[in-house]
Amino acid sequence: MAKLSKLLLPALALGLIGLSSCGRPAEGSGRSIIRNIGSDTLVNVAQSWSEAYGTVHPETQVAVSGGGSGTGISAMIDGTVDIANSSREMKSQEIEAAKKNGVQPLKHVVGFDAIAVYVHKDNPIEKLTLAQLASIYGEGGNITKWSQLGVKLSAKADNIVRISRQNNSGTYSYFKSVVLGKAGEYKLGSLDMHGSKDVVEQVSLTVGAIGYSGLAYANDHVRMVPVVNESGAAVGPSVESAMDNSYPIARPLLMYTAGEPTGKIKEYMDWILSDEGQKILRDKGYASVR
Amino acid sequence: MVKKQKIESGALAQSVNRAWVFDRVAKGIVFIGGISAIVFIISIFIFIFDQGMGFIAEDLKPGEFFGSEIWRPTSESNPTYGILALIAGTASITGLAMLVSVPFSLGAAVFISEFATGRVKEGLKVLIELLAAIPSVVWGFIGLSIMNPLIVQLFDVPIGLNMLNAGIILGLMAAPIMTTIAEDALKAVPDGYREAAEAMGATRWQVIRRVVLPSARNGLGAAILLGVGRAFGETMAVLMASGHAINLPTSPFDSVRALTATIAAELGETARGSTHYEALFTIGIFLLLITLCINLLADLVIRGGWKRRKL
Repeated sequence: MAKLSKLLLPALALGLIGLSSCGRPAEGSGRSIIRNIGSDTLVNVAQSWSEAYGTVHPETQVAVSGGGSGTGISAMIDGTVDIANSSREMKSQEIEAAKKNGVQPLKHVVGFDAIAVYVHKDNPIEKLTLAQLASIYGEGGNITKWSQLGVKLSAKADNIVRISRQNNSGTYSYFKSVVLGKAGEYKLGSLDMHGSKDVVEQVSLTVGAIGYSGLAYANDHVRMVPVVNESGAAVGPSVESAMDNSYPIARPLLMYTAGEPTGKIKEYMDWILSDEGQKILRDKGYASVR
Repeated sequence: MVKKQKIESGALAQSVNRAWVFDRVAKGIVFIGGISAIVFIISIFIFIFDQGMGFIAEDLKPGEFFGSEIWRPTSESNPTYGILALIAGTASITGLAMLVSVPFSLGAAVFISEFATGRVKEGLKVLIELLAAIPSVVWGFIGLSIMNPLIVQLFDVPIGLNMLNAGIILGLMAAPIMTTIAEDALKAVPDGYREAAEAMGATRWQVIRRVVLPSARNGLGAAILLGVGRAFGETMAVLMASGHAINLPTSPFDSVRALTATIAAELGETARGSTHYEALFTIGIFLLLITLCINLLADLVIRGGWKRRKL
């Protein structure tokens, strides 16, 4: 029996992990439903919002689906959605098309997808370009030592220890798309952490490390390296630089409503911007509005 | 008189009846408890095979799966499912763990069974059982926050989350189970053997080396195998201490990634039914088959020893 249980336990753990990932569709009889479609960047956090909101306001159900920013925006133009999620702004012709259908899209910034590049606090590096980052992280890139970047660290810390994320993380894929490009791949052999916080934690413990994570996770033991943007200026990550688009690895997370939101939709939008909603956003690895 | 007798026999019949019912119910409950293990294990087998079969049937390229170190299941352009580096990670950590735990646990077992007496013996046994009860996430935490900086300082290496860290942690985790089983095996050696050897003028060490250890050989072998099984299937501590980096390790200071840790890290956020999800379950099947083999082997080893002693 003892032996059997040893055999059972890992299997059971597997089973439990499998079970926990299965979704439970909610019944929506007699409740008001908010339709929320769009960006895949936002879909995870939107789902978390919806679930958490369901526990505090069981009378409102938020039906979330992804499909991409374009899907959300075209649904907004057609007036078939209450809230459209988008990781890009609506183009002027899209706004015109919406107005023709009697919809006045209103932009709400619900968070920022700003990803800071972290190094140890003793690492003096002043700035990094996206090309240098790609050369550090990307398959085929040849930067493996800090000395190649003109940074002098102790001999044992000279090898760059790449801290990355697990391969289904949103931060992982976003960083990949901006820094390595659509076709790029990460070099194998990075330390793949399971959370935004773990990345920063590990960088703080490792002199030769570099990591990327949400700027909300910064602490005193790490430095955030300014990244050179398109106009050639090295910009440090911050909510402001994410907001004005000067930081290159950042974008605002948007939700569009048809005109000034009212009723249940307004309640939901207000809740998203509340501390509770913004905490969920941060937990998912994004920068909050405040 | 006749009436009284009748009442008594009625009471007897009634109590027999109640006892009989109770007996049957108890038997039923115990039976359900007994077969539940079988039901569970069969359902788990079916579940895991069902989830992983899609990958095995459609997407599995055995050459790539077992021969490539590239594990890039979420790549958009070219998803690659190679678990060679993960197998190497698991194997190297388990091997290192055994190097740590075998001397420790066999030494502890010999000491407890042959040398320690009275309070020392009982105290040690309780402490070792306590050691076995430490949750693996606590071990992982020790690896992450104590061993990590320690290894960096002691060995002057850039990062302390590596094969050495995970191996030591796993070795310490596997040691209590191995000690307990090994101690049972030593205890099962009849005292007559020891007495006979002592009567021949053998020293303590000679008795242990020439008589006790050889006759407990199978039990000790099983102890080591079960320790291997424990180290092999451990997840949380390995995930936290190994560095979780896809590497074919060339030194104990390389960060590595284990099969179990890969499942734990990725399954929760993977779309149900996707190729990636099924590939993770295929790793689960692979792990299950290996642990099954290890456990069966341990069983055979014990049984072999038991048979010989009976003859």
